[in-house]
Amino acid sequence: MSATASTAAATTGRPKRMSPRTEATLRVVAPIAVGVIVLGAWQFLVTVVGVSEYLLPSPASIIEEFIANWASIASAMLITGTNALIGLVVGSILGILLAALAARWSIADRMSAPLIAALAVVPIVALAPVLNSMFGADSQFGRQAIAAIASFVPVFINTLRGFRQTTPVHRDLMKAYAANSQQVLRTLTLPTARPFVLTGIRIASSLAVISALVAEYFGGPRGGLGSLISTSAASSAYARAWAYVVASIALGLLFYLATLLLERLVLRRAPSGGAR
Amino acid sequence: MSDATTGSRAPRPAETAQDAGSRAPRPAESAVEVRGVDKVFETRTGQVQALDGIDLTVAAGEFVSLIGPSGCGKSTLMRLIADLDDPTAGTLTVFGKSSRQARLDQEYGIAFQQAGLLPWRTVAANVALPLELHGVASADRRSRVAQLLEMVGLGDFADRYPDQLSGGMQQRVAIARALAEQPRLLLMDEPFGALDEMTREKMQTELVRISAETGAAVVFVTHSIPEAVFLSDRVVVMSPRPGRIQQIVPMRLGADAARAARTEELREERTFFDMVTAVREALHGGSPVASGARGVETR
Ligand SMILES: Nc1ncnc2c1ncn2[C@@H]1O[C@H](COP(=O)(O)OP(=O)(O)OP(=O)(O)O)[C@@H](O)[C@H]1O
Ligand SMILES: [Mg+2]
Repeated sequence: MSATASTAAATTGRPKRMSPRTEATLRVVAPIAVGVIVLGAWQFLVTVVGVSEYLLPSPASIIEEFIANWASIASAMLITGTNALIGLVVGSILGILLAALAARWSIADRMSAPLIAALAVVPIVALAPVLNSMFGADSQFGRQAIAAIASFVPVFINTLRGFRQTTPVHRDLMKAYAANSQQVLRTLTLPTARPFVLTGIRIASSLAVISALVAEYFGGPRGGLGSLISTSAASSAYARAWAYVVASIALGLLFYLATLLLERLVLRRAPSGGAR
Repeated sequence: MSDATTGSRAPRPAETAQDAGSRAPRPAESAVEVRGVDKVFETRTGQVQALDGIDLTVAAGEFVSLIGPSGCGKSTLMRLIADLDDPTAGTLTVFGKSSRQARLDQEYGIAFQQAGLLPWRTVAANVALPLELHGVASADRRSRVAQLLEMVGLGDFADRYPDQLSGGMQQRVAIARALAEQPRLLLMDEPFGALDEMTREKMQTELVRISAETGAAVVFVTHSIPEAVFLSDRVVVMSPRPGRIQQIVPMRLGADAARAARTEELREERTFFDMVTAVREALHGGSPVASGARGVETR
């Protein structure tokens, strides 16, 4: 299926690693170091080499704009973030439910497969103008719907994979215990699928923010990050446009980190109701 | 599964030789009865005849080992008894019921060739799994699990996760899990394969003790002749392609062959070595006591 290519597989095994502490530190320090170097080079290009501020605003002026427009940036992040969050939650729930159906009944799988494949290849944002005009100029619904569709795809694909990861020896064990299907679901299928579901949600989180934001480029109510970026750019306020871009990056990171944290929390070998 | 198939079968030489070794008068109800069982696997490259005309009776409380070269169908036979697979022909009964009913009634405990622990559960929660599924109250569950883990020597590891244990330790957890509900029949597929020699002998002695205490019948798959001899009342020697019962060798260890007599000293005794030799000869097809009628495979 072409759709599988778009998502990374969840890894069930823990990869070989250095000491966990070193790795955690490295994971934080490395990107920060890269960021500082890039920003330094950028500032150098603008102030010393003399690239025009108009073409490429310096980091300093972007920060200045960021602080000056903090109020509108915060409310824009809230608007876009809410759309993305609603889309992510709805899309994930639908993805998990439909994957459960597809795993249970192969007819559901066969019926949904072409639809999922189509959803995975069609650029979701292409639907934005259509949905925007369908739901009216003052509704956020179109954007939330787009974020939901974008989130749905990776969650569905990964969850479905997860539901199929139970091993033969575990299935034999459940059969030997004469476990009913409810018990098999609760004690085997869901725990096996859990890391896959969470990977799907983590991938979906970034897609939800991107699509909620890009959907704003195509009209609808103003005030979100996407619409502010396009207005600022249209009025040649490039430094301000960049300040909103920075806010968008921060929003995307926030979503990503939140889902990463969720993954960590859930997978941290939660006690599973046995005899403890 | 229908009984009609057995009736129509021509008697095989193996059938005449079967059960020659059962010493004690057979109790009214046998633990396992296998009658004329064939198993053919359909694969993409054709059919694989895994089992051919298997007849075997395991008495209640009897310890029977299956031994034979890799691929001779030991695991397959065990899976059929456990109703994890259906025979192509023949019938299987467990305590007088169909194997399916016996499974539904939880008449057996099983330990697979792989430990098969759930990686997201602690050791204790893994052992508790069958008790949990069958609605044992959590207080009883806790004390039973503690007792089982003590028995397999993993009392200090209750809160560890399977990936923090060695392969042998995982296998011991799986054995504790199989014993959790004190089944009347234990099915064990090379449970000690991953253990070091020391632990292995300790577990063997434990298993003899447990099966004597609980009076459980055991069907035990192994590759080790001394292990089979030490543990068993009878050793079933199988040959491959297609999987058949080559010979059933009765063990006459100790004066009355009582389980209690199977102590460590037994390993040093003369009869022990004689029995090892008997099984080895049966395995290599050159046994002087072979059922002569059948063409013995010499490889
Ligand atoms: N699910 C299956 N599909 C096809 N063939 C199978 C299947 N399971 C087992 N077989 C075949 O049946 C034969 C017996 O297999 P089985 O696993 O019972 O052997 P075994 O005696 O347990 O061997 P080992 O000692 O290596 O565990 C083998 O030839 C194997 O290839
Ligand atoms: Mg096997």
